[in-house]
Parts: sequence; C-alpha cells; structure tokens
Amino acid sequence: MTSETLVEINDLNFSYDKRAILKGINMTMPRGKVIAIMGGSGCGKTTLLRLIGGSIAPSSGYVKVAGQVVHELSRDALFQMRRKMSMLFQFGALFTDLSVFDNVAFQMREHTNLPEAVIRDLVLMKLHTVGLRGAHKLMPTELSGGMARRVALARSIALDPLLIMYDEPFTGLDPISLSVIGNLIRRLTDALGMTSIVVTHDVQESLKIVDYVYFISEGVIAAHGTPAEVRDSVAPFVHQFVHGEEDGPVPFHYPANSYASDLRLGDRFA
Amino acid sequence: MQRTTMDLWVGLFVAAGIGALLVLALKVGNMGTYSAAQSYTLMGNFENIGGLKPRAPVKSAGVVVGRVVDIQFSPETFDAVVTMSIDSRYQFPKDTFASILTSGLLGEQYIGLAAGGDEVMLKSGDKIMKTNSAMVLEEMIGRFLFNKASENDGGKN
Amino acid sequence: MPRRIVLGIRGVGHRVIESVWRLGRASHFFMLMLLKSGISMRRFHLIIREIYFTGVLSLIIIVVSGLFVGMVLGLQGYETLQKYGSESAVGTLVALSLVRELGPVVAALLFASRAGSAITAEIGLMKATEQLAAMEMMAVDPIARVVAPRFWAGVISMPFLAAMFSAVGIFGGYLVTVVLIGVDEGSFWSQMQNAVDFRYDIVNGVIKTCVFGVAVTAIAVFEGYDAPPTAEGVSGATTRTVVTSSLAILGLDFVLTAFMFRGMS
Repeated sequence: MTSETLVEINDLNFSYDKRAILKGINMTMPRGKVIAIMGGSGCGKTTLLRLIGGSIAPSSGYVKVAGQVVHELSRDALFQMRRKMSMLFQFGALFTDLSVFDNVAFQMREHTNLPEAVIRDLVLMKLHTVGLRGAHKLMPTELSGGMARRVALARSIALDPLLIMYDEPFTGLDPISLSVIGNLIRRLTDALGMTSIVVTHDVQESLKIVDYVYFISEGVIAAHGTPAEVRDSVAPFVHQFVHGEEDGPVPFHYPANSYASDLRLGDRFA
Repeated sequence: MQRTTMDLWVGLFVAAGIGALLVLALKVGNMGTYSAAQSYTLMGNFENIGGLKPRAPVKSAGVVVGRVVDIQFSPETFDAVVTMSIDSRYQFPKDTFASILTSGLLGEQYIGLAAGGDEVMLKSGDKIMKTNSAMVLEEMIGRFLFNKASENDGGKN
Repeated sequence: MPRRIVLGIRGVGHRVIESVWRLGRASHFFMLMLLKSGISMRRFHLIIREIYFTGVLSLIIIVVSGLFVGMVLGLQGYETLQKYGSESAVGTLVALSLVRELGPVVAALLFASRAGSAITAEIGLMKATEQLAAMEMMAVDPIARVVAPRFWAGVISMPFLAAMFSAVGIFGGYLVTVVLIGVDEGSFWSQMQNAVDFRYDIVNGVIKTCVFGVAVTAIAVFEGYDAPPTAEGVSGATTRTVVTSSLAILGLDFVLTAFMFRGMS
C-alpha cells in the first residue's frame, strides 16, 4: 500500500459486560480506497464502526484517524473530527421531520455559515450526484428504501468528508437499488478521494466494488486480502462465507451444553 | 410546512396567549381598578375587626380606593393593626375617620374612609388615628337587650 | 419457602435500585439539557418550530375543553347558588375555580396527553430509527438540537394555553349564565372583579402553569430520550409520560396550592 494511511487500528480489544467482542484487531486503511469488513451477524462489525466513530471507547488498543487517537480526544475535539467523517446508517436514518432538501442541508446549516443560496446550490448538486435532484421536496416517508439510502448517501457527503462508514448499506434492497448503491459508493470514493469502509455481509455485491476485504469472525480477523485473493481463497472460513455454506468454521449451532445434558438426562429440576 | 406560515401561526398563538392573560388581568381580575405599583400604605388600629379579611376593599363614599393588605394583632396595645394599600391618586386628610362596615346585612366587610377637614394629608406609612370598630351582631343584640332592660327599669322608678 | 422470600426481597431491592438509577439518569439528563439550552436559544427558530407543534396544534383541544368546562361550571354553580339567592356570584365561582385550579390543572393534563405524548413518541422514534445516533455522528449534539428546543417550546406554550383555557372558560360561563339563563351582566362581572385579585389569583395561577409546563415537558423529553429503541419501548414510554406527568401535575398542584393560598380567605 503506497498511499497515505487514513485509519489505523492497532491491537484493538473491546468487551461488553466481560464478553469479549473484538480481540486484537489490526487494520490499516489507506486514503481513497473502499474497504469491506465482512463477517457473520453479530460478529462485532458494527461495534468496530462505533469504535472508529468514537461513540464507544475500546478496552485496550487504539483507533487512529488522520493521525489522532479517537478515544483520547475531548468531546469538542471528537466533534471536530466527526466533521471529517460520516456514517451511513443501515436504514438511512433520515430525519423524518425534515424534507429531503433539509436533510441534505442539515450539516451545512449546522456547521457552516454559508448563505442560503449557496446551500441551495450545494444541496442540489449533492442530490444530483445520487440522481434524486427531482425529489428534493419530498418527505422521507414518501421515499422507497433504495431512494432513502441514496438521500442518506447525499447527506453523508454533504461536507465532503475524508471517511465514510457504511453500516450494512445493502440490507433490504432490490437488486437494482443494490447495484445503484454499490456503484455510487465506488464512484463517490473515486471522485471525492475519500475512504469508504463498508460493513456488510453481502459478499457478491461488495466484492465487485471494494479494494480490500477483511473477514471478522468471533472477534478476530479471520482473513483479509483483495477481492481476487478472496474469491480464490481456500481458507475454510473464507470459502464458507463467500459461498454461503451452512456449516463450516462458522458453526450452525450456538455454543451450548452437550445435547444430552440439555435434554435433561439428569435431576436438576426435580 | 413553510417556515413563514409556521412563524405566522406561532405569532398568532403568542398574541392570543398574551391577549388571554390581559383579559384575565383586566376584565376578570382587579388589575383595572388598582395597581400595586402606584399605591401607598396606611395603617389603622381597630379594637375589633369582626370578619375583616386581607384583600377586603377600602372604600370612600362607596368608591373602592384601596385594599386591606395585612391584619396583625398588636401585643402592646391588644388590638388589631390593619395595613391598607391605597391608590396614590387618592389623598386623605390627617383627621380621616376609618370604620369597618358591612355591605348589606350579611355581606362582606370593608373599611370605609370618611375624610375630615384637616389641611395636612396622610403620608405613606402613617397611622389613621380615628377608627371605629366592626359591628358585631352579638354585641349589638346584647346592647339592645341591655338598653331595653334599663328602659324598663327607668319606667318602674 | 425461604427461597421464595429471598427472591421477593431481591425483587424489591432490584426495583428500588432501578428507580434510583433512573432518577439519577433523569437529573443528569435535565442538567445536561439546561447546560446546552444556550445553543438552541441562540437559534430561536428551532424553538418557534416546536411551539407550532406543541402549542398551536394543542389549541383546539384546549379551547374546546375550556369552553365546555366553563359552561358546566356556570350551569352547576348557578343551580347551587340560586338556592341561596346569590346567583350573581356565579361569575366569581367560575372565575376563581378556573383561574386558581381548573385552568392550570386541566390545561396541563390535556397538554400532557396531547403534546407530552407526542414529544415522547417523536424523540423515542428518532432514537429507534438511529436518527439521534446519526446526528451524533454528524457532530451535532442531539440534546441541544432536538431535546432542548422541544423542552423550551413546551415551557413557553404552557402558560399561554392555560390562560386561553381560563379565558375561554370564563366566556363559556358567561354564555350559559348571562346569555342563556339571564343572570345580570353587570353583577356577573363586578362581583368577579371584586373577588379575583390580580396578584393572588392570576399571578399564582400563571406560576402554577409555568411549573406544570416544566414538569410535563421535562418528563416527556426524558421518557423519549430514555426509551428502549424498539416499538414496545416507545409505546411504553409514551404511556409512562402521560401517567407520570398527570400524577406530577396533581401532586405539584397540591404542594403549590398549600404554599400559595394557605391562610388566605
């Protein structure tokens, strides 16, 4: 990796109620790339995003964004840093009491003193990028799931961030919307020179657009590599995940007592 | 909704709210008749105040000129000290006569001020020297019976 | 058996600890909100927008209820007072009951169920749909941007709503007794003006409504912000807002009345 590193994660541990969720994660994410983080449901992918965004603090280790350790920042400095990053939530999380236009304009109005005429032009430009300039008067409730996701995308690039995190951007979309969003992520990353972190379990769609993939399983990085490497990987976990097999290194059964003892061949509740 | 429409509605709402408060103050309450800002206090000692209560009106020639603010028992003189708040527009001479009266037979009690002829006017905090206590029904009946009895005695002698 | 007793005691202890925690969270939240109110005060249009939703949209229910409460008071008061031949005092009765008690209390109860529940549901849903988290990630503090404007809008709206309730109620009493029954108009107003004191009755009534406004909106925003981010969580929080704030209104009303009107005629 030749280009400059934007996000650096070093020996990151996080536990919740003594339950270790992330164990010794190391990652480097260069500027201008699309990085996918994949893994089964509940493996700690979203937790990782929240650690990068500074919503929670790690138990040990650190996340560095643009050279600053996130969890050591004061609240003001953290808010300052968050102006450079943005996050696309699973279902868009558009502000339901504001119109599409006001949603995209939200951060410009909160963080800048731009005149309303400039904001108007900027908002229409952002909406044009995602192909929804014509929908600026609608309310979020009038949008389909894919359109809402696109508006949320326009909102998250409102202040031209360095880093965008996508939390499951492909969930619940039809195939057309899905590839629209996928291509938008790729195009925007290239056009704006920012870094995208895509947390997803949609393997096929994301392998088409990303530069690098990390697989997380049970709190550790199980495998990583470029999409080509991943497709050809013979590692059992990657193989299971990419091809969607039911059983394998990711077990079908949740960890449990032995079947026999659970079907009480004992006397504990007598 | 457009911000201007919303502003208009909120403006109307606040105006109506202030209007309602003004109606309550002026039409329902007694803000129209006196205001605490332009008033002065007078005091008076009464032997017996009967059923006089704080906020009872102070009237002169039937016109409300003020309110009773406070009633205290004086341990030195063993009578009641009544503090009145009088509208500054009305001045009363030093020898004004204050008496506790009843409106109607069983109505509320109020203080009646009868102006005297003195040149000097009462100032804020002054004490009205000439007072007349409340008529207490039992005493009146008692006095009436006593008078009757003494009249009868006189007739015999 | 002893095991069951221990479980029972443990249950009680758990509830107590839980409610103390909740109280602590609520106070912490309230202080944070007051600290961050400066930001929303500087952007007053945010508050104006919320006054529209809490105040203006509550107008209809407040005005209609006020009118009917006043009309019933007039009717009942007249029925009772005319037995003693003092039906001209009906104005006093209507005005004093409305200005001192019914105006503040009933308006606050209506406000809690109309606007308070809406505030809780709105904030709770914003939390459940990750809108608050999104705002936080955009470096915008949701307490300053979402919670504080709603709180102040409620605090500002409440006295106006209660004043309108009382004024409309007195008008309702006037309609029934003077216009329909035929009580003398002059004595209706003059007896009322003699009995209702600006300082003691009206100002105290307004103070009450301000206290109720703070209590209801503080409960509503806290319940919304503290709601579990699920459908049941939000609906439970909405119910709790109405129940808690109604109880708070009635309890506070007793305390305030005891302080304000004790020893008065």
